[in-house]
Amino acid sequence: MEKFEPLTSRIAVLASDNIDTDQIIPARFLKTTSKAGLGDQLFFDWRYDADGNPRPEFLLNKPEGRAAQVLLAGDNFGCGSSREHAPWALLQYGFRAVISTSFADIFRGNALKNSLLPIAIPSVAHKALLQAAATDPAATVTVDLATQTLQLPDGSSVEFPIDPFAKHCMLEGIDELGYILQQDAAIAAYESQRPLTVNTLG
Amino acid sequence: MPRTIIEKVWNNHIVAERPGAPTLLYIDLHLVHEVTSPQAFSGLRERGLQVRRPDLTIGTTDHSIPTYDRSLPILDEIAGQQISQFEKNCRDFGVPFYGPHSEKQGIVHIIGPEQGLTQPGMTVVCGDSHTATHGAFGALAFGIGTSQVEHVLASQCLLQTRSKTYEVRVEGTLRPGVAAKDIILNLISRIGIGGGTGCVFEYAGSAIRSLSMEERMTICNMSIEAGARAGLVAPDDTTYQYLSGRPYAPQGAGWERALALWRGLPSDPGATFDKRIDIDASSLEPMITFGTNPGMGIPITAPVPDPSSMNDPLERDSLGKALRYMDLPSGRPLLGHPVNVVFIGSCTNSRISDLRAAAEIFKGRKVNPKVRVMVVPGSQLVKKQAQAEGLDRIFKDAGADWREAGCSMCIAMNGDQLSPGEYSVSTSNRNFEGRQGKGGRTFLASPLTAAAAAVTGVVTDVRTLI
Repeated sequence: MEKFEPLTSRIAVLASDNIDTDQIIPARFLKTTSKAGLGDQLFFDWRYDADGNPRPEFLLNKPEGRAAQVLLAGDNFGCGSSREHAPWALLQYGFRAVISTSFADIFRGNALKNSLLPIAIPSVAHKALLQAAATDPAATVTVDLATQTLQLPDGSSVEFPIDPFAKHCMLEGIDELGYILQQDAAIAAYESQRPLTVNTLG
Repeated sequence: MPRTIIEKVWNNHIVAERPGAPTLLYIDLHLVHEVTSPQAFSGLRERGLQVRRPDLTIGTTDHSIPTYDRSLPILDEIAGQQISQFEKNCRDFGVPFYGPHSEKQGIVHIIGPEQGLTQPGMTVVCGDSHTATHGAFGALAFGIGTSQVEHVLASQCLLQTRSKTYEVRVEGTLRPGVAAKDIILNLISRIGIGGGTGCVFEYAGSAIRSLSMEERMTICNMSIEAGARAGLVAPDDTTYQYLSGRPYAPQGAGWERALALWRGLPSDPGATFDKRIDIDASSLEPMITFGTNPGMGIPITAPVPDPSSMNDPLERDSLGKALRYMDLPSGRPLLGHPVNVVFIGSCTNSRISDLRAAAEIFKGRKVNPKVRVMVVPGSQLVKKQAQAEGLDRIFKDAGADWREAGCSMCIAMNGDQLSPGEYSVSTSNRNFEGRQGKGGRTFLASPLTAAAAAVTGVVTDVRTLI
């Protein structure tokens, strides 16, 4: 996994609540067996018209959208389907962090495992940031995971929560699976005393 | 100290707890399907890893598989390749699976219970958010992403943090025409699609106790639509009767040992939950959604809400945006609104009791000529059972399309889909923009309400037909 470095970036704003993973990447693109090409399909049905041409007015088709590494969205971002294609698509487009007031559980977990940072901030700060971005589309924020702070365009800072283990993994670029596999002895010990429930091979 | 069933199941599966890390939790049953597993199997190959416990893993093809005659080739090349790759992955790693031609093939959340694989007290995961379906058996069952599918394949474990507990207490008796689906749609409409975030639901109360296992599955299935990680129902005699004699259920002395363990699972008297909500089942009406998320639901006789009545600007915008997408006026009920398609199927409502309920409405009636109706059984075994009961004849005689098993128009990635602008009444679980096909518009409802719309051609209160 890639290390998460501090970043300063413009923000792309999608000011809707409850943006679900079907919008982030529609199901018809999940027939792939790889992770390649998903960035082009990000927000596909909002981004392209019925003939597949980019809608020029949609933010992610504009230069300022493309320049942003941070997405600012409404409450409960990433609800719905568990598809990890959603964070893969956001990362491939170029986003490194998403700011909202809350995230759906599965999306948050998937994002953290791919070094896409979900930043949940209080609604007062969220409203202020929406306002700042509306006033000055070139406004920037600075994300520092080590200190868990988001610096807003007016220079003030807001702290955000993150699971300490996920934070450590993102800062160091550690993949969880390696850590799990190092606990083989504990897993084997658990298995040795576990009552057999089912055997799908039998 | 009294404990909830959620805490009991969690505690029984702790492999390791180390400071600074989430709990390492053991997984009893891992269900895999063609859409969310390919990159996980690729990850295993890249790392030179094996599947640790193929005996606790089972695969099926459901999401991208066509529902037309299985003797025909798969027309969508990309879907065909995904299914072939899935079969190869399962073979290469020794994972048993039900391919397109298996008589046990079906939707992943239908086959687990059907085969007796899903059992009380288990931890069950799948790369699919509707995994909570298995919670109906008193299992802690939740959806995971593809990275975690790889973790479970490689280690049979997951790093997890404990969720909050949320008691959903449903008391009273459902009135005629009101179904389990209406209970869960009512809950989601009340607490919203983020209302259960960070929580596991326990559904309890007399109304839940009186439901069949299939009805309990419908309710647990949609826990994720309220944002919950999982939702479960404590096991009872209804659970044990359902399980007894199923292919993978314990037998003989094993059954007695299992029963003794299972009877200790229900929440202890006095156990406390972090949150609680009460629902009066006897006051419920058939529910229907009008908007673009499952929380936008109303009793079928109630008016569609008016955005201008909302105080929060983002909420007002969201509702306005939803009504524009749906092209619906606010302030009056959906009753009488024309319908183009009716879909009866999905892991929410494609079990035999769902098909029986729909068939009761279709019996002796014809599908309205303006409506296209698809009835998609949840598994090949459900299909076989329905045919043995003559339900397929009822559907076909009425003018409905009787299909092969799969997820079908719930996720619309297999060619079964709405055309832009079309309205469906669907027994599935999501009404997100484009969920059933780009530009399609979905009204979620019970199989009864869906069947009523099929025969009348408009959104209908099923109570007028029974």
